[in-house]
Amino acid sequence: MADPILELVDVKTHFAVHQGFLFRRHAGTVKAVDGVSLRVERGEVLGLVGESGCGKSTLARTILQLLPTTAGKVLLAGTSLSDCTARELIAKRRDLQMVFQDPYASLNPRMSVFATLAEPLLTHGVCEPRDVTKVVAELMERVGLASRFMQKYPHEFSGGQRQRIAIARALALHPKVIVADEPVSALDVSIQAQILNLLAQLVKDMGLSLIFIAHDLSVVKHISDRVAVMYLGKIVELGTASDVIDRPQHPYTRALVSAIPTPNPDVERSRQRIVLPGDPPSPINPPSGCTFHPRCPYAVAACRSEVPMLKPYENREVSCLRTGELP
Amino acid sequence: MPLLSVKDLRTYFHTRNGIYRAVDGVSFSIERGETLGIVGESGSGKSVTCYSIMGLVPQPPGRIESGTAHFDGVDLLHCTPRESRSLRGKRIAMIFQDPMTSLNPYMRISEQLIEPLLIHGSISRRAALDQALSMLDAVGINDAAKRIHYYPHEFSGGMRQRVMIAMALITQPELLIADEPTTALDVTVQAQILELIKRLQKEFNMAVIFITHDLGVVSGLCDRVQVMYGGRIIETASTRSLFYEPRHPYTKALQQSIPSLQQKGTQLFTIPGMPPDLSKPLPGCPFAPRCSSAIQACREKPIELAPCGNGHEQSCSRVQAGEI
Ligand SMILES: Nc1ncnc2c1ncn2[C@@H]1O[C@H](COP(=O)(O)OP(=O)(O)OP(=O)(O)O)[C@@H](O)[C@H]1O
Ligand SMILES: Nc1ncnc2c1ncn2[C@@H]1O[C@H](COP(=O)(O)OP(=O)(O)OP(=O)(O)O)[C@@H](O)[C@H]1O
Ligand code: SF4
Ligand SMILES: [Mg+2]
Ligand SMILES: [Mg+2]
Repeated sequence: MADPILELVDVKTHFAVHQGFLFRRHAGTVKAVDGVSLRVERGEVLGLVGESGCGKSTLARTILQLLPTTAGKVLLAGTSLSDCTARELIAKRRDLQMVFQDPYASLNPRMSVFATLAEPLLTHGVCEPRDVTKVVAELMERVGLASRFMQKYPHEFSGGQRQRIAIARALALHPKVIVADEPVSALDVSIQAQILNLLAQLVKDMGLSLIFIAHDLSVVKHISDRVAVMYLGKIVELGTASDVIDRPQHPYTRALVSAIPTPNPDVERSRQRIVLPGDPPSPINPPSGCTFHPRCPYAVAACRSEVPMLKPYENREVSCLRTGELP
Repeated sequence: MPLLSVKDLRTYFHTRNGIYRAVDGVSFSIERGETLGIVGESGSGKSVTCYSIMGLVPQPPGRIESGTAHFDGVDLLHCTPRESRSLRGKRIAMIFQDPMTSLNPYMRISEQLIEPLLIHGSISRRAALDQALSMLDAVGINDAAKRIHYYPHEFSGGMRQRVMIAMALITQPELLIADEPTTALDVTVQAQILELIKRLQKEFNMAVIFITHDLGVVSGLCDRVQVMYGGRIIETASTRSLFYEPRHPYTKALQQSIPSLQQKGTQLFTIPGMPPDLSKPLPGCPFAPRCSSAIQACREKPIELAPCGNGHEQSCSRVQAGEI
């Protein structure tokens, strides 16, 4: 098998937390990402889901090298990004782009669409200065924006159109991988559908790989080839979208899937949900053993002391001590 | 008599590039204990409608051009500052999508929770703190006695949202307006928060206006739904009637766009065209430029909600005429 386009090997991203204002002392470590290994193939869409605060955005920013890895490696087409020099990294970054949830915040309000898209083209010398207008127009059309809007500013566009501009900017440098962190969460369903179609089309036409982070599991299922479920900094289940979402195995994935609201009042009101007791634990002081054990309906004594590992089970990988024993 | 009755609300924004008719003739009402969902296109005026009721529209550029909003007999749009203070933030409360915008990062949660009690009531600090504590308990914050003295950043996203809800509910409001309160949360935390709102609603017989993009959430939570497009309400019905018998072409198209109802791997259904430019006059149906059933008359004739049985109302004149 060829090299995957992106490979994460036991990646950890920890934050030191300090307390006190004048005399800052080390108060603990937030293990936001704590040992994640993943492969993303060329042309693949990997969905990433999990509890608020489980480390999805931190993982995204670590892949992009916007945060330093505490341990482990991020390999892009076989080259370790953490071993790159600053100069090599600049070149590599072209291959990795990110799209954020909030296009309002990620676009510069004082820059027209033309300026927003021309900037990366010119700084990276992707095209001759005299061709810039033509290339910008092509980019805009690629994402379904009329090129006559080139001189408009972000506030003159709707939310969905702004997200298209952000996607066009991510595409400007012909990246190999796009990491999209909740790109459709703020959009209404009809605009959401347009953006999902656009992303799916780009993946197909350009052979891009996409890491797609979202809370809406029906959206994730629709667009992803495979899905990774995170809990407290670790992957707890990984498999094809239909295996993981239609036939979840890990107790956390089961709870997550059971909580997806259905747009059908009679079904929604009669449905059984697995309600998880308690709050997500603090990543500063994670529970022992399986970090999910205090909230897990299936936990047994061993779960409190033994740390489960991701192991293959029924076409996917699951990290639960009781895999195979559950109803 | 309904608890809140809004009539012909118009809120415009006067900007250098023109007048944006963000809310353009909206009328609705809500009863005590009822849950009303508001759904619709981004930019269709859902938030501005609620900001207008809460007196939160930035003026300028915003201006309330016309309308009334009677809450238990008092017109919120034309009341004295004193009447306003006795209603907004006390008998009517609002929660927002991003808890960080309404929590003060430099103040302990305890101080923020008791502030509305100290402003609105004659109550001692001690008693206020007791109430705050039991409210935190009620919204399911474990270890409330210790955590009440935390700063907002010491809570996770889901916990902060619960603190926000505690803050909104501490005065036992009769009306709660929730503007996408669970959009940023994962589905398990979302489910907890929705359960919480339902439970507290029963306990206090509180009315709830719930704005969301998630039609799944609406179907589980709301008694009635109203659909907005281009600054107007284009359809309103009981939740069952709206989901099982949508009448307006926009509502139908919206329902067709839901990904979970479509087959994986296929192109998702989308509505062609773009949302209307609210700075241009829209004499007819705001959806006409994108509607597959539109005829010339749709672009010209002013629209009006008309009943179509069982409390279901919709504004498409072709549906009203029985043509589609
Ligand atoms: N700069 C930082 N310093 C300290 N802690 C941080 C920092 N950034 C993130 N964290 C913590 O790391 C954990 C993971 O945060 P992250 O934003 O990656 O979660 P997420 O999965 O993206 O959540 P959400 O779904 O709410 O966006 C959280 O507990 C968060 O509080
Ligand atoms: N301060 C402002 N100045 C100018 N225009 C504004 C302002 N606030 C809102 N608008 C406009 O009013 C219209 C209605 O906005 P509103 O926020 O109510 O939409 P919404 O239905 O809540 O959308 P979303 O689902 O995206 O939250 C939008 O077209 C918006 O651009
Ligand atoms: S290892 Fe134990 S606690 Fe963890 S998910 Fe499996 S059953 Fe639950
Ligand atoms: Mg995040
Ligand atoms: Mg809004």
